[in-house]
Parts: sequence; structure tokens; C-alpha cells
Amino acid sequence: MSDQHLPEHVSGDDAGSDLEPIRDPGLPEHQWRPTDVDPKAEKRAERQVAILFGLSALSTFLFLVSYFTFKVGDEWDSSLGLGVSNVALGGTFGAALLFIGAGIIQWARKLMADHEMVEMRHPAASSEEDREATLAALQAGLEESGIARRPLIRNSLIGSVALLGAPAVVLLRDLGPLPGDKLKHTVWKPNMRLVRDVVGTPIKASDIEIGDLINGAPEALFPTEENGYPEIEGVELQAEKAKGAIIVVRIEPDELQPGRGRENWDVDGIVCYSKICTHVGCPISLYERTTHHVLCPCHQSTFDLADSARVIFGPAARPLPQLPLGVDDEGYLIARSDFLEPVGPSFWERDSKDIGNQGEADV
Amino acid sequence: MSIDTSKVAESNRSSAATAAKPNRAGSVALWADERLGLGTAMKKNLRKVFPDHWSFMLGEIALWSFVVLLLSGVFLTLWFKPSMGEVTYQGSYDALRGIPMSEAFASSLHISFDVRGGLLMRQMHHWAAMLFVASMMVHLLRVYFTGAFRKPRELNWVIGSLLLLLGTLEGFTGYSLPDDLLSGTGIRAADGFMKSIPVVGTYLSFFLFGGEFPGDAIIPRLYIIHVLLIPGLLLGLIAAHMLLLVYHKHTQWPGPGRTEQNVVGYPMLPVYAAKAGGFFFIVFGITAVMGGLLTINPVWKFGPYDPTKVTAGSQPDWYMGWPDGALRIMPGIESHLFGHTIAWNVFLPIIVLPGLMFTILAALPFLESWITGDKREHHLLERPRNAPTRTALMVALMTFYGLLWAAGGNDIIAIKLHASINAITYFMRVAVFVGPLLAFAITRRWCISLQRHDEQKLLHGYETGIIMRSAEGGYSERHLPISESAAYTLTARDDDEVYVPETKVDENGVAAPVGRLDALRGKLSALWFADNVQRPTRDEIEEARHHFEHELEGGHDEHAALESSESVKH
Amino acid sequence: MRFLNRSAGRLSRYRRGPVAGLLLLLLGLGLTGGLYQAFSPAQAAKSDTQAMQVEKGRKLFLVGCSFCHGQNGQGISTIDGNQLGPSLVGVGAAAVDFQVGTGRMPMAQPGAQAPRKKVVYTQDEIDAMAAYVASLGPGPAVPAAKDYSVEGLTDAERQEAIVRGGQIFLTNCTACHNFDGAGGAMPRGGYAVNLHSVEPRYIYEALLTGPQNMPSFSNGNLSPEEKRDVIAYITSMRETPSYGGFTLGSLGPVAEGLFAWVVGIGGAVGFAVWIAAHSTRSTKKKAEVDA
Repeated sequence: MSDQHLPEHVSGDDAGSDLEPIRDPGLPEHQWRPTDVDPKAEKRAERQVAILFGLSALSTFLFLVSYFTFKVGDEWDSSLGLGVSNVALGGTFGAALLFIGAGIIQWARKLMADHEMVEMRHPAASSEEDREATLAALQAGLEESGIARRPLIRNSLIGSVALLGAPAVVLLRDLGPLPGDKLKHTVWKPNMRLVRDVVGTPIKASDIEIGDLINGAPEALFPTEENGYPEIEGVELQAEKAKGAIIVVRIEPDELQPGRGRENWDVDGIVCYSKICTHVGCPISLYERTTHHVLCPCHQSTFDLADSARVIFGPAARPLPQLPLGVDDEGYLIARSDFLEPVGPSFWERDSKDIGNQGEADV
Repeated sequence: MSIDTSKVAESNRSSAATAAKPNRAGSVALWADERLGLGTAMKKNLRKVFPDHWSFMLGEIALWSFVVLLLSGVFLTLWFKPSMGEVTYQGSYDALRGIPMSEAFASSLHISFDVRGGLLMRQMHHWAAMLFVASMMVHLLRVYFTGAFRKPRELNWVIGSLLLLLGTLEGFTGYSLPDDLLSGTGIRAADGFMKSIPVVGTYLSFFLFGGEFPGDAIIPRLYIIHVLLIPGLLLGLIAAHMLLLVYHKHTQWPGPGRTEQNVVGYPMLPVYAAKAGGFFFIVFGITAVMGGLLTINPVWKFGPYDPTKVTAGSQPDWYMGWPDGALRIMPGIESHLFGHTIAWNVFLPIIVLPGLMFTILAALPFLESWITGDKREHHLLERPRNAPTRTALMVALMTFYGLLWAAGGNDIIAIKLHASINAITYFMRVAVFVGPLLAFAITRRWCISLQRHDEQKLLHGYETGIIMRSAEGGYSERHLPISESAAYTLTARDDDEVYVPETKVDENGVAAPVGRLDALRGKLSALWFADNVQRPTRDEIEEARHHFEHELEGGHDEHAALESSESVKH
Repeated sequence: MRFLNRSAGRLSRYRRGPVAGLLLLLLGLGLTGGLYQAFSPAQAAKSDTQAMQVEKGRKLFLVGCSFCHGQNGQGISTIDGNQLGPSLVGVGAAAVDFQVGTGRMPMAQPGAQAPRKKVVYTQDEIDAMAAYVASLGPGPAVPAAKDYSVEGLTDAERQEAIVRGGQIFLTNCTACHNFDGAGGAMPRGGYAVNLHSVEPRYIYEALLTGPQNMPSFSNGNLSPEEKRDVIAYITSMRETPSYGGFTLGSLGPVAEGLFAWVVGIGGAVGFAVWIAAHSTRSTKKKAEVDA
């Protein structure tokens, strides 16, 4: 033990002490632990610590066994509905670590010297002399550089360094292309068929029943030889999917309240809206058939699909854009135009002319 | 050890000591010292004193979970491919075989299913990230409630706030990397957030995504931010945070022998090092057990990101929950001006509010010292009750945070409590304004009544639970004085000093009017300390003691007890 | 009601005209009858003819259902225009089998959401009521086991079905029922149910008929094979082990955050308290022992 030089009893005799309501009684006398005074207790603690370390070693061994025993990949071993490999590896690894930690802490608590020590603080500020010496050095340095006497040099330096900010900004210009009018158009074109998402089959108007919800997509995203749309994949496909996704529902025609100029946008009660929420752009398809409400799972904006997707609840400010529908010769649903307003969340360049109901169907 | 001077003194006898052959460790230490001067550098620090209290270890949870993050993160980088290139999955997980997906998602599946221990490391990394941010916040609350942010530690508070901000961003960039349905939905929402920024929003979005959302640039860009940029900043700031901690020395609770001038505790070597080192293994172990037993972010169930799909319960990780809650309860307000759109419903809650909250957070120490006019150094901690306004301010902020946080989980609350999402949302719209005010008032009064309770204990002793009957037949509870050290600990705090604006008197003796800002400061300061219970003076305590002695000798005196309790009220 | 308001041209191709409806009805009855025969004792088999079953169903209907759905299943509206019970004309046998078979009907109280309860009728009685309701107007029949089962497919086909079903599930179902089928919240206190223990037959019937507020996925919307694939995916999810340990209710980040705070921070703080706690002290002095 190396604590013999520590002060046993420190009285708080600082300057303010006399003003305190009660005088500082000073550090209490050190009290020994059973492990300090009782060799038996000491031995016991020593054994405890060693056992904890031993258990850790055992857990590590079990970890290695688990690693080589339990299968992953094609055929995970499972038990009680859990993947064995992960549970066994995590359990044994965790136990190995926890036992080491507990052992070390037990060692520190029971066996390491636990005499409290006192250290005096120093003020955070540097001493007066140091401060003056530093200021003097700084002064001398500035003086010798002559920066104060030569404003021409100083100002031209500041100006040229400041200008270096420009390349730093300009260099980032090619991070991406400019928006242009990309946000204002989608892949939808007049006479493009609506298809079911995932499977890509066209939708016959007569197949849809009242209460049906179809998560749809533009046919151009499911090109086949038959429909003749060009191949689309990767980035382009994702971007078009992100804007072109739609939901199609069939509502009892007399429950439908079409917006001004949208009287003929439905096909016998079949209406189609953008699936992209006008709030921050989550796909939205939590549809209630009896109320005709559709809810966004991200921030709970609720739209009434029977009433031009008017916002009836939540943080969204605009209705979902509606796609004017028609049927082709074979009875399949088609779009009669692109969306007449940008789909998805608002952005600075979005023109107010494009707001919701005011869009006139030009078809 | 090369600095063990006690050995020198012992062997310094009449005859010259012969140099013993140094052992191997000694010679290595000597070799290093001759080149690095370790002896001088470590002379003080090896036995540097750290005070012991459970609440001082909260920051360590953050430190150690950061270490776990570095270790498990490096493991993950060995397999993870930060690419959005499209591949067709042919791996081990049946239900997604044959599905086109990004390489990032395919490699996440590979780590989860084909690398032994890979899923464990993924889950540990994710749990550790949750713990990292959570422990930073718990640590922050401890520091604030005990006044440990006061001079000279304000800058360390600011560094800590930056760490919290960066930790949150690091978490967001991290959970976005697997490119699964949930994280993709989060990125898409983030795209919406960016687009809501007036004037530059659309450009920011196009530059970040390398074109139109989702593009193929976002995952590689987030990856380099996640594994290099932010961790580098975090490491630097953590180092600065720790250096300042060592330089200032840790704060301590007041008590007998523990003053503003000293620090009492255990030396770094061996006790503190052992406890801290042991705690590292504990935190590591907890993360491992959680990673082993508790599923987190089962990306295979979400499937690859597809902009047309979404899942119920689409939420960010918990630390992004509160701005998401603000987003949920914000009414849908949008302005249309001259062909432009400003989406207040997005811009205010998700861009302005978090920025504002972090600014307020970082400014708290400066705000308080400006109001109180307190420019002294503080190394003794204050109990939360002894700074009622400060405590109440943080509880109000916590209430604001907590309500928004709950609003961020309104759908889950709705299912679990069979409540209506709409009702919860309407409730929250009001509660986020009323709740913090109520919390402030209640906390402040609560603190003050706890202060009164302390004063009672100090002057009239503690309640023994012994009921005494007086000769007149009245009943009363017997009080006994508390111990000397307990009494000292209760009084070891600062007197509150209200800031009074100085009136400058010019040479003619005319007082210049107090500046408007200065007057405000004086008023705020008075409000800050209003109704606080000041500690009794030495005379009051002496008087109370005499009274006690009298009481213990002469039995119970009802009138005296009544009088003294009345005097407390004054 | 739904049926009556529509012209024939907009009907599903499976129900074109009254003849087709009748055929469908007969098919449904035949199927239920077949099932019934397969599972019920001999005495039932010989006594139940079709007409008797409808008659038996009508009696049960009058006692148990007509209070809300009307004497003839036409539905009843309350004074303020709300529906006490919707019309059952054209909802089909599948709807009855689903609603009564899962205990949702009869309801404890009217409302948009009918929670699953203890089933109060025997399968016999349910079949009879289904036959009666199907006789009111053509509607989807109770599906046969082969409609929702992947038995009989090769391993490769079954695998393909699960993968395709997963994609359809993620597109059409997860928005309400969550990625794991754990359910989710809907507006005004409504909820999408947890799919973990719903029998394949009832999932199929729910898709077909759109119970309560759920949109329907009729055969013209989601083909029978696609419905089967979705069910194959849902059942395969149940059989898949939870690779990463306990699922925490599969509720996503909110549940994870809760566990991070309670288990993670709670556990670590617990250890911190132990580390800093004062250990037991002895009244003895070290010197006494040393001496």
C-alpha cells in the first residue's frame, strides 16, 4: 500500500470558511474494509475475482465453440424460433466481457487501496506573468512582421485568401446537375396504361370492384416487347418510380365529389392519385374503403380520395395530385395526360398556379 | 516505473548504490522516457485524483460505446459495399432471392446471413449507436442539473453539445447505409426536408443526391461522411473534451473536506483506471448481449429500398424522433408568393426547430451567467434543488423534447394504448406549449419546497418518528439534530446574489439612466432567484442549537416550535 | 346494394350476369358442402340438402344478425344516416365465413372496427349462414384449400411464389400491416390487425371481401395466384426463425429506442451505481491487525 503519505484528516481552512454557517469538519477518518483487516475476507475476495475471470475465459471458449458449431447462411440453426448462431455468439461474447468487467471492478472495490486522496486545484487561467510574457511575445512577433505598419500587404493578403473560398465553392458545383424542370414532369404520357405495381399487368376498368385499392405504376416502367416501351433500369427507373407511383381506387360514383374541372377525370368511380405524399414524399396507401381516407404512415397526413384528395388531417398542406383517367379500346385504364402539377413535397420553385384544384384538365 | 522516486530515497544511504540490472519493463520505460520525456508528462497524471460518484460515469458510457462503435464499425466495413449499383440477389436469404437491389443492401444481407458473427456485429453497432446518443444526453442532463457547466467549463459544454449534434448526424448517416425500405423512406423524407429550404433547397437536394432523388450517389456520399468525416470530427472533439476534463479536474459534490480548492477521490492508477477499464468491458458486454438477444433493424424483412413501397411504423431511430414528432403535429401551412412556395409545415419543424434547440442548448451556460452575473469559478456541484430556476428550465426543455418525442411515436402509442392518432396529435399540438410551462412552474416550486425541507432539517433536526405526548395531552413528533457532517454538507453552497445593474454616476453626481438591456438583466436576475430559500446564517444555526439543547433538557415546548416554524416562513 | 347500383359492364368477369352468379353460388355451396361432408359426421351428411342449409342459415340469421343487417340482409340505417349494419346482398359466402368464423360477427357494439373475438357459431352454422347470405346475391365464395395453399407446387415454384408474394406484400400490405405483419395504426382510433396468427383461409377471404375498412383485393385487382403468393410469404415469415434474437414486437425503431433506454442505459447506469457505491466498512483498524 502506498497511501502512507496521504493526509488523513484535511480541514477545510480556506479563506471563506469563517463566513460559512458551519465550519468544515474536514475529511472523515478513513474506515477500513473487511478485506483490508480480515485475511479471510481478503482471500475470499481474491477467489471471487479469479472466479469471475475464469468464467469469462469459459464464456470465450463457448464463443469459439458456437462460432464453429452453429450454421449460418443457407441453413441457419434455429431453436425456439430464434437464430441460434447470433444468440449464442452474442450471449457468450457478452458474458465474456461482462465477467471481465465485473472481475476488474470487484478487484478495485475490494482489494485495491481505497484511501481517498486530495489534490489541490489550480485556477484555469494562466498566471499574470505568463499572460504578460505571452502578450509581449505576441506583440514582438507582430511588430517584427510589420503587419500593422504595412496595410497594403495586410489587406491584399486578406483579400487573396478570402478569394480562395470561391474555388472551394465552385469545386462542389459538379456534385449534381441543376434541377431544371425535372420535378415538374413524370413519366406519365397521354394514353399510357396504368399497370399493377410489382407484376406490371394492365388494369381493366371492369375488373375493379368498389372498395378495391390498386397500387399502380406507369406502364413505361414495365417495358415488354408487346407494349414497346424502351428498356429502363437503375437510376432512371428509380427516379421515375419515385415520381410516377399511383394509387387507384374505385368509389361509389355518387359518393365522389369531383373538383372543379375534374368532372370527367374518373372512370365510373375509378379515380387515380399520386402515391407520393405532398408533405415530405412518403409513398402513401393506407386506404380506408368506407371513409375513402388515405393515411400517410410517416407523418399521418390524411387525404379524402372522394373529394379530390383534400387534406383532412395532418401536416400536409396540399391535396395529392390527381391523374385524369380514361379507358382504351380494350377496356384498360389509361392516363389522359401527365400530372398537371408537380408530385411530391413542396419546393421553392413550385409555382402557385399548380396548386391542387385549380389545375384545369386540358384533355 | 521510471518516476518512482521513493526507491531512490530509500537506497540513498552512506555507500553508493550499485545500479541493479533493470528488468525488461523498466528498460522499455527508460528507453521511451529518454526519447519522449514520459516521466515529466505522466508524473502528475498517473496518480491524478478523480472523485467517485455514479453520476460521474454517465459520460463514460458514451465514451465506451463510441469505442464499441469504432471496433464493430471497422468489422462491418470489411464486407459492406457502399454502392447503389443494381445487382440481383442470389444469397442465402430465400425470400429475397432473385430480387434486384443495390449492392449496399445485398452486402448488408451478406453480412447478416453469410458472415458468422456478422449479424451480431451489425446489431451491436446499431445498439451501441443508440446507447452512444442516449448516454450523451443522460450525461448532459447530469452536467446541467448539477451546475457542472459553469465557469471554467462552459467551452467543454459547447464541445459536448457539438458532440451530441454530430452523434445524431452520425447515427442518421449510419442507419441510412443499408439501403433498406425503412432507411430509404428516411432518406426520401430528408430529401423533402431539404427541398423545403427556401431559395436553395432544390439545389441542395440535387447536389446531395447527384441529380434527382434517389440517384446513385447518396449511399457512397453518406458512407464517406459516416466512416471518415464525422468520426474524425468526433474523435477530435472527444479528445478535446477529455483534455479539458483533465485540465480543469473533475467537479465534486460538496462535503466535509471537499472544497472549491481541492478534489478528493481515488487516484487514476490503480483504482480509477480499474473502475473505468472495468466499465468499458461492462458497456461492451451489455452491447454484445443486446446484439445477441434483441433484434434491431431486421433489414431483410424491410427488403431493398423501392420508392413505391412503405411500411407502417416508418420511424427514424429514437434520437431523430423529436423533430419527426414536431413534423407530425405541425399544421399544414404553406405560402405561395410570386410563383414560389415556402413549405412552413416542413421547414419550421425540421430545419428551424432543431437548429434553434441546439443553439439554445449550447448557449445555456452563457445565458445563465449573463443573467446571474456570476463570473466566479465553480468546482463544487450544486444540488438541483438549490438552483430552482435552472432545474425548472431544463425540466421544461425536457418536457418539450419528451412531448415531441412521444408525438414522433404517435402511431405506436395509438396501437398500444388503443387511442386515436388524431386525438393524440390534437392533444400534442396544445401540450407542447402548455406542458413545458406547467413543468417549469411545478419543478420550481418543488425545488423550493425541497429547499425548505433542508432548512427544516438543518434548524429543527430530522423527524425521528417518535410521537411524544406532552403534559397537557398534546402530541408532537420528536426531532433530533442531524450530524455535523450532514449539516455542513447541507450548508456548503453559494448564497444567491441577485445582479443589480450599476448606475454610473458622472462627475456632477448625476446618475446615468440604466441601459435597457442592463435593466432587463437585473429583472431577470431577480426573477431567477426569486423565492429561493437562502441557507441560514451562523447565528440562526447557533440559536436553533440552543433551542435544541433546551428542548432536549427541558422536554417539549410547543410554543417554541410554533414560533420557529413561523419564523421560517418570513 | 353494391351489386344493384352497378351496370353489368362493370362487373368482375367472374360474375358476369345472374347466370354466372348462380353458377358461382352453386360452386361455393358445392365446395362448402364438400368440405362439410369431409369433416362432419355421417348423420349430418345425409340430412343437409342445399335448400335445407339455406333455410337453416336464414333462421340463424334472423336470430343473430337481422337486428343490425335487417330481416332480409338489406342493411339498416339509423335516423342520422349512419349504418347500423351494411347490406349483405352480394357480399358472398366468403364474407360470412370470414366475419363469423373469426368471431368478428356478431359484434359487441356497432362501429367501424370489429375486433376478433371468441367464435360463437359452429362451422356448421357458419356454413349455413354463408349459404343463406350467398343466396341473397352473387358474391365471392369461400375459397378452397388449394386456392391459398402452395401444396402441390414444386420446391422451385414454391420458392418463386414466396419471393413474388413478398414483393406484393411489401407493395400492397405493409403500408398498413407493417413489414412483419405486426399491424399498425389507422385514423381515428382504427388499426390494421396483426397477421401473425391469422389462418390462411381468413387472409384469403379478407383480401377477397375487404372486411370493415380494409380495401378489397378482388380477383380483378390481385389475381388468385397473387393472393396465394402473398399468403405463402406470410406463412413463410412465421416459419422463418428470428435470426437476430427476440423481435421486440416487430414494431420498428420506437420499440428499439425503448429497449435502448430501458435495457441499455438502465443496465449501464445500474452497473455505474454498483461501481461507485461504497462497499461495506469494518469497525476494526488496520493497525490492530498489522500489530
